Amino acid sequence: MKFHIIAAATLFALLAAVPSFLGDAYSLRIGTTMLMYGILAMSWNFIGGMAGYPSFATAAFFGLGAYAGAVLQKLGLPMIASWMAAGLFAFVFAGILGMALLRLRGHYFAIASLVVAEVIREAVNSATDLTGGGMGLNLPVPQMGSIEAQAAYFFNAMLLISAATFIALFVTSRSKLGFGLRCIQQNEAAADMIGINATLYKTAAFMLSAVFVGVAGAAYASWVHYIEPPDVFDTLYSVKPIVMVLLGGVGSVFGPILGAAAYLALEELVWRNYLSIHTGVLGLLIVLLVLFLPRGLLSLAPRRWGMAP
Amino acid sequence: MSGPLLQLSGVTCQFGGLKALSDVTLSVGRGEIIGLIGPNGAGKTTLVNVVTGVHRASAGRMLFDSRDITGIKPYQAARGGIGRTFQVVQPFPELTVIENVAASALFSGAAKSLRVAREQALEHLAFVGLESMAEKDAATLTLAARKRLELAKGLAMNPKLLLLDEVNAGLNNAEVDQALSLIRAIAARGVTILIIEHLMKVVLTVCDRLAVLHHGELISVGTPKEVVSDARVIQAYLGKRYAAKEAKNV
Amino acid sequence: MLWLQVLANGLMLGGLYACIAAGFSLVWGVLNVINILHGSLIVLGGYLAYFGYTLWGIHPFASIPLIGALFFVLGYLVQASVINRMIAAPVLLTLTLTFGLDLMLNNAMLVAFKADFRRLTLEPPLGTLELGELSLPVDRMLAMVLAIALTGLLYLVLSRSRIGRAIVAVRMDRWAAALMGVNVNRIYAITFGLGALMAGASGPLLAMIFPISPLTSSAYLGKAFVVCVLGGLGSVPAVIVGGIVLGVVESLASVWFGSEHAITVSFVLLIGFLIFKPTGLLGKKGFE
Repeated sequence: MKFHIIAAATLFALLAAVPSFLGDAYSLRIGTTMLMYGILAMSWNFIGGMAGYPSFATAAFFGLGAYAGAVLQKLGLPMIASWMAAGLFAFVFAGILGMALLRLRGHYFAIASLVVAEVIREAVNSATDLTGGGMGLNLPVPQMGSIEAQAAYFFNAMLLISAATFIALFVTSRSKLGFGLRCIQQNEAAADMIGINATLYKTAAFMLSAVFVGVAGAAYASWVHYIEPPDVFDTLYSVKPIVMVLLGGVGSVFGPILGAAAYLALEELVWRNYLSIHTGVLGLLIVLLVLFLPRGLLSLAPRRWGMAP
Repeated sequence: MSGPLLQLSGVTCQFGGLKALSDVTLSVGRGEIIGLIGPNGAGKTTLVNVVTGVHRASAGRMLFDSRDITGIKPYQAARGGIGRTFQVVQPFPELTVIENVAASALFSGAAKSLRVAREQALEHLAFVGLESMAEKDAATLTLAARKRLELAKGLAMNPKLLLLDEVNAGLNNAEVDQALSLIRAIAARGVTILIIEHLMKVVLTVCDRLAVLHHGELISVGTPKEVVSDARVIQAYLGKRYAAKEAKNV
Repeated sequence: MLWLQVLANGLMLGGLYACIAAGFSLVWGVLNVINILHGSLIVLGGYLAYFGYTLWGIHPFASIPLIGALFFVLGYLVQASVINRMIAAPVLLTLTLTFGLDLMLNNAMLVAFKADFRRLTLEPPLGTLELGELSLPVDRMLAMVLAIALTGLLYLVLSRSRIGRAIVAVRMDRWAAALMGVNVNRIYAITFGLGALMAGASGPLLAMIFPISPLTSSAYLGKAFVVCVLGGLGSVPAVIVGGIVLGVVESLASVWFGSEHAITVSFVLLIGFLIFKPTGLLGKKGFE
């Protein structure tokens, strides 16, 4: 346990120092994206890794967070407050959605969660008065002086959100909730029988998988200051975090971050050099990963390093 | 503290057109060991499922320790003092043996913290004789060991009523004898036990009373001697030759 | 009368949808694999028919058996070499695997054919049949008839042939089938091949009616999902019922809400069924 805490603290301290060392806008942009995906991957771990429910709802939460944050900002709410409110919105939404979806299992749950994002995207697309619909939504550009300062600001923002996500994941994995979720994942019927209120636990996991994603979505919207439905509700926001977690190691605490970093390094490499076959290479990576390394990169390391307590 | 621990009144459980349980009325007294026997498909496991909330009763009422438990959910039954084992054992395969039992203790409310749960788990494992396997993965256990793990998990819930569903299926003679002495030891602690069994030897030696289910109906309840000589039971389940043999022994 | 036309449109669509979904439903029901590739396979079949017609004058109807045979072989090989390794893996992994394969295929098509939409227009065009107040485009009608015929052929294969009975046996209980001497792995490969065959064979039919582009593959996949959930898994009649219901619903939704919302309506219906009646109108639930 001590090992995990020291490693995590070191990691975040190093990351916090990045803007001072690598202050150029480009590196910071990549770093911010990496942190954002880290948030999505860690969040997915609550429902997909710990509870074992293959959720494809991340895009729904991300898009909802982005639009909630954007709309609130347009209505005059200060930026940070909008982000918090967006997270809360996603949190509550996941609770309601969970009541409907969490009694499904396996494929049915996966499909339902995937389709929800599509339906919400359409709904947002149609609510032109509120969201600007297909024409997108412009946000006020934050005034922070130089481009570098702005880049550093958002880098630090994502860093804080990811630290919060990490802490939540870490604490949960050691708590009664985490233990209960692991039991549910391994044998839900037996979990019921020993006194776990599975519905409650799963819903909690689902809500946790949404809240930080919602905040990140709102932060993303402020960062890019123009969003449209096909962008923030993109299915890839649901799929890429899963690939990252698979890459890093499902159910483990450091796996998602490791996976996010590894994936993004790969993506930067491929994207920069082979833009037109970018998705094809992603597909190949996924196939190889699933076939040969289903327990992720961390399965190659000694047990102590990444596995849940 | 008076009255039966478990009282079923007119319990019916219907799946579509099939009546798995039909108007079952049964009392289980505190501290007794009652056996539930009957041919396959008679509804024995369904009865246990209804009591633990896995299936809803379509009619009738159930009282446990004077509380109405009709329509409760499984996790409420577990926390309320009803423990059960599964016919096909249901461990948490990726947890260790001790974690399996600790989970039971923690989530049923018997232990307030994980640390206490682990301590209690160790005691229960010692009781069933599995303490040497505490750190092994549950998936690596032999069938007999898994049955005992299942028993330890049931005990860890500190149940007032323990429902055992064919704990002896698949065990050899020596293992069955061990299981029997465990069951007696559990009863000696004051736990009320309802045991579903096919092995008549088990049922006749350890049970205070027997209840016989046939096509979802309770056709006979009484002491082993009474039940074994009951004509309906003989016809439905035991067969004449067996009954005649047992009538001499009991 | 408008309603009759809407209904007719719905039925014509429905036949096509049933054909699209039949192969998908088979693979899901027997292998417990959701084949994300399905949509892209349909589009690829469409492209092959398009090029066959524009370059070599092969009529799309004639290319159906050719494409079907080719895709059967491809599907068989892909399943036997790649997918079968993960056949017992959890849903997450198999879903992600077929998703990855689809990304590869889709990207390859985008690079090869570009994203622009192509139309397979027949020379001379088949025209429209006027039946009283009904306006029935002949190409759609023929496509529907062929679609139903293909689906019916699949039904016959499953119910009459030895291989078909083996497939059904594996779907019902793979262990029991194995004990009966069925080579389950071979059946998996054959089934996946059949699924690919049905997808590829639907391609030409769809290409005659709708514009083709790699961008449409997810739409076809979505329709296959909806049909399977509406009708239920486990039988060809279920797929036909699901297809027709979806076709009619979409047709009605186009009139009431506008055609751009038709897909959303079908998705809402999908979610509704998933929550309240996952077994669908006719079928058994798929493996979870």
